[in-house]
Amino acid sequence: MRPQSPSQTVGPFFAFALVREGGNVLVNEKTQGEHILLRGQVLDGDAQPVDDALVEIWQADAQGRFRHPADPNYALADPHFRGFGRSGTASGGFWFRTIKPGPVPPSPVPCIAVRVFARGMLIHAVSRIYFSDHDNLQDPLFASLDPERRGTLVAERQLTPAGVVYHWDIRLQGPRETVFFDL
Amino acid sequence: MSHHESPSRVLDWSVQPPYLYSPYVATVRRAPHHPLVPLPASLLERTGPVYGEGDIGPLDHDLTKNAAKNGEPLGERIIVTGRVLDESGRGVPGVLVEIWQANAAGRYIHKNDQHDAPLDPNFVGAGRTLTDDQGYYRFITIKPGAYPWRNHHNAWRPAHIHFSLIGRNFSERLVTQMYFPGDPLLKYDPIYQGIPNIKARERLISSFDLETTRPEWALGYRFDIVLAGYDRTYFEEDH
Ligand SMILES: [Fe+2]
Repeated sequence: MRPQSPSQTVGPFFAFALVREGGNVLVNEKTQGEHILLRGQVLDGDAQPVDDALVEIWQADAQGRFRHPADPNYALADPHFRGFGRSGTASGGFWFRTIKPGPVPPSPVPCIAVRVFARGMLIHAVSRIYFSDHDNLQDPLFASLDPERRGTLVAERQLTPAGVVYHWDIRLQGPRETVFFDL
Repeated sequence: MSHHESPSRVLDWSVQPPYLYSPYVATVRRAPHHPLVPLPASLLERTGPVYGEGDIGPLDHDLTKNAAKNGEPLGERIIVTGRVLDESGRGVPGVLVEIWQANAAGRYIHKNDQHDAPLDPNFVGAGRTLTDDQGYYRFITIKPGAYPWRNHHNAWRPAHIHFSLIGRNFSERLVTQMYFPGDPLLKYDPIYQGIPNIKARERLISSFDLETTRPEWALGYRFDIVLAGYDRTYFEEDH
């Protein structure tokens, strides 16, 4: 086995290279599924917004399929949806225009994979977003989490004149620290 | 399948830096305190974005040309190349490798960089490429300058190039920095020193490479990267 290369912080000055115009818009008018705005803040231990974080999301299409060869149904995946998005937080928070993914078997509820990077983080943190309008206890991983903490993974659905918005904050530390996974 | 339910560890925490490393002051209010939760490998983490040549422009790998307006950027032109390997030592093809850096004077184009050093009208300092069938990548750029930061009194970052790698699935993801051999600032840099294992730190130092060096034109540096992730046998079992 080769020893893995260590991580280093993304630093404060990545946006000009990594945060591209449209990188947080995962959909076009042909993308199938319920179009949503997913937004929130990255908060530090003083509950202050982190304005130099980078948030990445990865998710299935509306049918729970991925455009990736590890998915046996990848040929059927929505050609108008890649499923990967990146957002900075320079404006105070992150946001993505995406769709609510379909559930990925064997889980009966949808979720989105998330990675966050920031100045002051020598290595990324991985989390997941579940949705407030689903019975997330049906998901074995969600159900296995500390009942006091698993709510930190749930994005709140809001109906606004502009459409469906899900709000989800990432709390890096503090009393409501987000659940982070070892990946 | 049983391995879907059992946690599949990817990161080696004897090699990876911790969240909290107080000499790097910004970690103190940003480090998660709870232990990380093991994550069983579901299809969500065993898939990821797939990139192809259509995602890369012809000059994206050449930072001396991709932002040139009326000439060449100032500074020492260098070639940076290497191989992305998995932990079994196999080359990883199709990895999206993105880099960004300060210019030769130690100044970033980013609007929040207030270091009193000149911008270069012919240099932005961002590039991207895909690894080839054998896992090799190659960039042409300018050797970045050291720059000051406010972590502690007289704090200077050693010269470095930031690297971001997106591999074959969500588990294969690394953001790191490449350093240069013999840099006296490494000893004082809490970002570099935050890596717990001395041998692991040294793997982030590129090596001067005469084979890569092009006569009459540019010095070459070699920087290999080992990308952790769910290993290939894991995928083969599944198919
Ligand atoms: Fe930097």
